[in-house]
Amino acid sequence: MNEKDALVLVVEDEPQMQRFLRASLTSHGFRLLEASTGASAVVEATTHNPNLVLLDLGLPDVDGIELTRRLREWSRVPIIVISARGREEDKVEALDAGADDYLTKPFGVNELLARIRVAFRHAEQASSDKPTPIIDIGSLHLDLDRREVTVDGREVHLTPIEYKLLVLLAKNAGKVLTHRQILKEVWGPAYAGQSHYVRVRMAELRKKIETDAGRPKLFVTEPGVGYRIRADASP
Amino acid sequence: MTAPDIRPDPDALLARIHSETTRAERAKLRIYLGYAPGVGKTFSMLSAARELRESGKDVVIGLVETHARYDTAALVLGLEMLPRRKIDYKGRTLEEFDLDAALARKPRVLLLDELAHTNAPGARHAKRWQDVLDLLDAGIDIHTTVNIQHVESLNDVVAQITTVRVRETVPDSILARADEVELVDLPPDELLARLRDGKVYLTEQASRAVDNFFRRGNLLALRELALRRAADRVDLDILAHREANAISTTWPTQERILVCVGPSPASARLIRAAARMAVRLHAPFVAAYVEAVTGPSMSDEDRERLEAHLRLAESLGGDVARLSGATIARALVAHARRENFTRIVIGKPTHSRLRDLVRGSLLDEVVRGSGEIDVHVISGEGVVAPPPRTADGKSGARIDVLAYAAAAGLVTAATSVSVLGRNVFALPDEAMLYLMTIMVVAARLGRGPSVLAAALSVASYDFFFIPPFYTFAVSDARHTLTFSMMFGVGLVISGFTLRIRRQEQEARSREEQTSALYGLSRELGNAVASDEVAEVIASRTAKTFECSAAVIVAGAEGALKVAAESGEVPWSPQEQAVARWVLEHARPAGLSTDTLPGARVTCLPMSSGPVVLGVLALTQRPAKRGFAEYRSFNDAFVRQCAMALERARLAEEGRAAALRARTEEMRSSLLSAVSHDLRTPLAAITGAGTMLRDESVKPTPAQEAELLATIVEEAERLERLVTNLLDMTRIESGAVKVKREWVPLEELVVSALARLEPKLDHRQITTELPDDLPLISVDPVLFEQVFLNLFENASKYTPPGSPLEIRARAQGSEIVVEVADRGPGLRVGEEAHIFEKFVRGARASGGGVGLGLAICRGIVESHGGTLSAENREGGGALFRITLPILGDAPDTSAEPELPRSAEARP
Repeated sequence: MNEKDALVLVVEDEPQMQRFLRASLTSHGFRLLEASTGASAVVEATTHNPNLVLLDLGLPDVDGIELTRRLREWSRVPIIVISARGREEDKVEALDAGADDYLTKPFGVNELLARIRVAFRHAEQASSDKPTPIIDIGSLHLDLDRREVTVDGREVHLTPIEYKLLVLLAKNAGKVLTHRQILKEVWGPAYAGQSHYVRVRMAELRKKIETDAGRPKLFVTEPGVGYRIRADASP
Repeated sequence: MTAPDIRPDPDALLARIHSETTRAERAKLRIYLGYAPGVGKTFSMLSAARELRESGKDVVIGLVETHARYDTAALVLGLEMLPRRKIDYKGRTLEEFDLDAALARKPRVLLLDELAHTNAPGARHAKRWQDVLDLLDAGIDIHTTVNIQHVESLNDVVAQITTVRVRETVPDSILARADEVELVDLPPDELLARLRDGKVYLTEQASRAVDNFFRRGNLLALRELALRRAADRVDLDILAHREANAISTTWPTQERILVCVGPSPASARLIRAAARMAVRLHAPFVAAYVEAVTGPSMSDEDRERLEAHLRLAESLGGDVARLSGATIARALVAHARRENFTRIVIGKPTHSRLRDLVRGSLLDEVVRGSGEIDVHVISGEGVVAPPPRTADGKSGARIDVLAYAAAAGLVTAATSVSVLGRNVFALPDEAMLYLMTIMVVAARLGRGPSVLAAALSVASYDFFFIPPFYTFAVSDARHTLTFSMMFGVGLVISGFTLRIRRQEQEARSREEQTSALYGLSRELGNAVASDEVAEVIASRTAKTFECSAAVIVAGAEGALKVAAESGEVPWSPQEQAVARWVLEHARPAGLSTDTLPGARVTCLPMSSGPVVLGVLALTQRPAKRGFAEYRSFNDAFVRQCAMALERARLAEEGRAAALRARTEEMRSSLLSAVSHDLRTPLAAITGAGTMLRDESVKPTPAQEAELLATIVEEAERLERLVTNLLDMTRIESGAVKVKREWVPLEELVVSALARLEPKLDHRQITTELPDDLPLISVDPVLFEQVFLNLFENASKYTPPGSPLEIRARAQGSEIVVEVADRGPGLRVGEEAHIFEKFVRGARASGGGVGLGLAICRGIVESHGGTLSAENREGGGALFRITLPILGDAPDTSAEPELPRSAEARP
């Protein structure tokens, strides 16, 4: 799918934000659907089947997280949540409810476009259903068939958990994964509350993969939310 | 007389105006004064009350005795009457005036017969006049009746006239307090006629005294007293009128009367005389007691009597002075001169001239030293001095018997030694041995045993050593002289020894008091807050008076609050009522006082001026230091407590005021921060935006880029400010809940560094985080903010490119994290202030409202840690976070077993 023709549903009730989103998205070739309430958002989504939803959590009628859940019941459309700062719980909840990514207000247009691109790419991968045995992110090279990890051609030895963690993040490069999601995928559902497992393994992973563990370029910590691998980074 | 003297003294005028305004506001007291029962006081009072009632005033009868007299009873009809309170006392039901009902009813005017009445046990006050004071305090006008023989200062005059001593008395201060005194008069012949006709009701007791009392001569004398008293009162009113209107031709010189009192029972009479004189002269009087350094010390009984005298003086409206000096006369005269007394009242000596020759005459000395001061000598006759008691009179018979036995034993021992050593000793040696024995007995065992020892010694001396031996017969008359001298010397020695001993006891007890006061003041000095002071007061009082004690203060909305307690203090509604009464009236009440004596505690007011700061309640046990004795010590003790309470209260008020001032200061600095720091970026954004929109001017691409950069940068700065303000508000309001999770410190540091990467570019950053550092239990979001702010601060205050070091170490039960830079460091004195809100470092560059570090400290402290700043060696600032390690970090070293499916997948 060509993202230039993509149909984006913007669910936002504040006029200033609507104006900014409209200007930036249309100027980058997206087609726009707009809704200022949760109810009209559901109507727009069902009737027009958009390729991506930009959802502000602070809606006047419905809770944005609840809306996410409702959309997820029947659609796999990528959802990017927009929220104000300082509401980490909301972000985590939205992500766990099925949102693909989040953006914190205020954000720049480049940030917005980058997230949209990531979301499209993941949607595409998911739909193509074709396994990608090789992942390259900057100087990080992952060969999933051979279970091989190299950085700048130098082989890195990982424990099974670290390997699984890295693969999970790399497959979702650019996208934030919550602690809960990571725990569920890597350790299994029984470990859902034990976020320190993730934190400790992430620290190990940084030391092994980042060139300067003190100033990481690849792994991004989203405080209170989770982690992401920067899609456009080079460690 | 010179011109200014004609004008009224402005001070006097002011005082008058003041007293008049208070009189207008306060309730009025009208006293119907009669000279004997049956003159018609109650009748007059009721007649006047009916008139008031008819003119529409709210008049209520509190208690009136009509004694079933028809004309009086008729007057009562139609007036509202309060029900009487029934008090059960020893199987009898007594009917009493109901003070609480009266206070609850709160009429405009209340009639209350017999001001001198003594209340039944169980009433709030011992005396009815105390009830009256309470009612007046509550703003109720009182009309009451009293006979002249009940007036305290006339008490002994009346006793002299009638030979009947009246026990129920009313202090003169009550009469002075009266706004109106109305004399109810009836010629004695008419009164006697009424008495014969049975128109005068008398109690059983009174009818017994009737023959003594209702004699024409008595009645005439009493009538004269009453008329004089009323006339004095009229004089005062005229004087007051003159003062107010400057009619006076001669301003009376201000008289001051000093009356010298002692433990002698005659002193009471002296005080009353002085009080009468004071009333006549419209002068203040002071009762002075002189404790002579060289004088004999006082027995407990004497001391009690002295205190009673001083209390009497106070109740008669006088002041009390406690003096000390080498001799009584010298101290008295010196005080009189110093305080400008014009008259000294002193008792007529009752002892023989011989004693004056030996000890010097007090009267003589005072008269000689008095100079221009008038000396009034008043007789102290007619009062029988109580028999002197032995010093140890109270200590019980058992001890006495032991002491006498010991005295006898010692004499026996001395005799045995002398008999055995008869061949060695000469006769004078044996006499000396006996004298020594007497001295030892006097020193150790007191007066009685020493007299016994002296007698026994003389007898033994005679029996064993004076020929003919082993008989009491004396062959030589010379020996009789020896015996009497030996006896006399023994007595004198024992007297001296006893006095020394008593003085020593006194000195010891005074020293105890002093050290108790000193200990109190020292402990109070260490206490700062009110509740600490209260604790000290309670514990010290309990210790000093050997009882339980509590400090009670007025809490919110008039509720009583026990601020501190030492031991078990009863706190039933009864005790609460006492404490409340003391709080309101600033007078002692409860156990062993005249007010509410049924309570189980004595409540003393701790007041500063008119304000009662608290009440000291103590379960007074009959300990060696009771409250009646040692009053000056107790006063000093309570006063010191009151002062400490007041100091604490003032300090707290001061702190509150300082806090208000600081809050005010902060509010203004917030306003200036908001107006400046928020407006500046807004101004830049608005400026740049409008310029870009302006069609008429086409900016060059370079200019355009610059304007756009300005908008973005300023918007970011604005965001940071708003975020900080919001964070601060949330932390301050307690809205932030710390959600602790086990986090590697490294993650927080790294994440913060990553987020600040653009600003920290080209800096050399060293992180020294040991691998074995335990996980810390913190809120990761909040704590990342701490590092973010610290790093941002470093980037702001240090030159670009300067290094930044982050170190951490586990130290005992704490984790210490240090963020150190090589910038210019902190200025001297800045270390403590930089964590305050809206305080910006002296070398700040770029925007900021000075909240970053305040937020950091808020977060760290909400985690139970500390954040401090200092200059480091070699230049630069160092911020140190200390966090307690809470519990054991979960073990993450072992990899949990991987689910099989996961292993198999990629």
